[in-house]
Amino acid sequence: MILAQSIRMAVMSIVGNKVRSFLTMLGIVIGVSSVILLVSVGQGVTGQITSQFSDLGTNQLTVMITGRGAVTSLTAEEVAAFSRVPRVDQVSPTISSNVTAKYRNVHTNVSLEGITASYEKVQNFHVQSGRFLLDIDNEYRQKAALIGTETAKKLFGADNPVGREIQLNGTSFQIVGLLQAKGTSLSGSNDKKILIPLSTSERLLQSKGIQTFTVTALSDKDVASVKTAIGQILDRKFLRAKDAYSVFDSKQMLDTLKKTSGTLSLALAGIAGISLFVGGIGIMNIMIISVNERTREIGIRKAIGAKKIDILLQFIIESMVLSTMGGILGIGAGLGLTWLVGQLTALQVGYAWNMVNISFLFSLFIGVFFGILPASKAARLRPIQALRTD
Amino acid sequence: MNTKPLIRIEHMVHGYMMAKEQMTVLKDISFEIHHGEFVAIIGPSGSGKSTLMNMIGCLDIPNEGSYSLDGQDVRCLSDNRLARIRNEKIGFIFQNFNLLPKLSAVQNVELPLVYRGLSQRERRTLAAAALEKVGLQERMHHRPSELSGGQQQRVAIARALAGNPPILLADEPTGALDSKTGEEVMHMIKRLNEQGHTIIVITHDLGIAEQAKRVIRIQDGHLVEDRRNDQ
Repeated sequence: MILAQSIRMAVMSIVGNKVRSFLTMLGIVIGVSSVILLVSVGQGVTGQITSQFSDLGTNQLTVMITGRGAVTSLTAEEVAAFSRVPRVDQVSPTISSNVTAKYRNVHTNVSLEGITASYEKVQNFHVQSGRFLLDIDNEYRQKAALIGTETAKKLFGADNPVGREIQLNGTSFQIVGLLQAKGTSLSGSNDKKILIPLSTSERLLQSKGIQTFTVTALSDKDVASVKTAIGQILDRKFLRAKDAYSVFDSKQMLDTLKKTSGTLSLALAGIAGISLFVGGIGIMNIMIISVNERTREIGIRKAIGAKKIDILLQFIIESMVLSTMGGILGIGAGLGLTWLVGQLTALQVGYAWNMVNISFLFSLFIGVFFGILPASKAARLRPIQALRTD
Repeated sequence: MNTKPLIRIEHMVHGYMMAKEQMTVLKDISFEIHHGEFVAIIGPSGSGKSTLMNMIGCLDIPNEGSYSLDGQDVRCLSDNRLARIRNEKIGFIFQNFNLLPKLSAVQNVELPLVYRGLSQRERRTLAAAALEKVGLQERMHHRPSELSGGQQQRVAIARALAGNPPILLADEPTGALDSKTGEEVMHMIKRLNEQGHTIIVITHDLGIAEQAKRVIRIQDGHLVEDRRNDQ
């Protein structure tokens, strides 16, 4: 029988049973749309994380010191010494804490970081007006501060903060630069920050020593050798104590993150796949009912010359049309929902175009697979028996 | 008249298993039908005439005996070949019309041509011609539910005619119609016979049988009478 005719008949019989057909398709619609939505959101989040990392470059090592016994940190000089390790480009120590910032009668809690001049290059974080902190600020323990955009807005409104005095935990600092807006990264908002010289922060926070610092290698290829060299120095310092320090390199972290989010989206897609499978069973169920209801029609068709294959194809095509219509609706709904999620939440979504083809083909396959049983049941009917039923 | 018989049935025996008991419905039936004949097969209900119709219509295969249709032995054919023979050699007219309710009249008439593999255009031409033959060209696009019983049966006749098969096989064609429309339908069947179609009517209505040129009477699975009506 001619294919176009079969498809037309299938569409007619589906349209003739609108509510039932829609409910049957719903399983596939939900399955496909959730596959698309979940994979899209997953891809978007992965992309977001990846771009944050590659923003920083993959030649970074972050060292965290937990220490051994009474020695729980390194001195600024010890940290600075790491810049003499071969193939090291920059060393950027940080001390972090939370302080209260006050301007006139406005208070706000901000995260404070004590930094050195190398922070600018290592974190790729610049000022939009004023100047960055310099080595000389550290040397002379200047009470100079850089301010993030959100904190600046909170304290100064629309006014230019550069040159003004603020109190950090009661100590006066002069703002020398306004940082660029950078948005939120893994470590929290970058725009609700105040940066001051490392040496000043040790005094302000009354804590000596550095527990976190970032080292950049000259190139990606040097990361491994730098990591080994730093490890050797730290091992010597902490007498090979276990867990005295940990070193993360950004490439490794990125790989781990990618793997984790990949596994997560796979698991989500798997769950959605199960719902597609359940939808397929729904289609099979309805097709069996449909074959039973249309026994007489099958008898008539056979009596006037339909071969087994004609009847088989008719019902397989019907179930295929049903499932692919569900698939197309599901793709539409999935992309729509993805767009909605992108609009309504801060999540960055990446449309899973690769899943569009896959889910279309998969729903087609489900139609064929779950159509075979009912269709062969129909094809096997004997014409006289089929004609006798009402 | 063609000398070679269109239908030759020899010693046909057929039965079913009913409640674990073998029921022989056709017992040693033999007859021939030639091109252009108008035969009525009559008999009371349970006589085996419906089973005989299924055999003639190639809807079933006899247990024993031989049946050759247009020179072809039907007993050794596959299901697919049987489907093709039904499609090409036989036009069925059923008591309750057996039209597909969701298709229009012309789509119903086209259906056997669809299974024959004709193109849309050829189908439409042949179907329209067949509908014109039964006087329903005005109602081509109506659904069966929008037609009267007589009209539905005429659509069914058009469907049987569309593929131009050598045999029209009618099972109680007037059974579901009132006597006036039944008469009209019989009149049409007679006219088709005059145009050269071979017609076999299965009926229990003697009035219908009298209009045929030849009457075969079946009783308890035996052929008890085979006579020609003189008109």
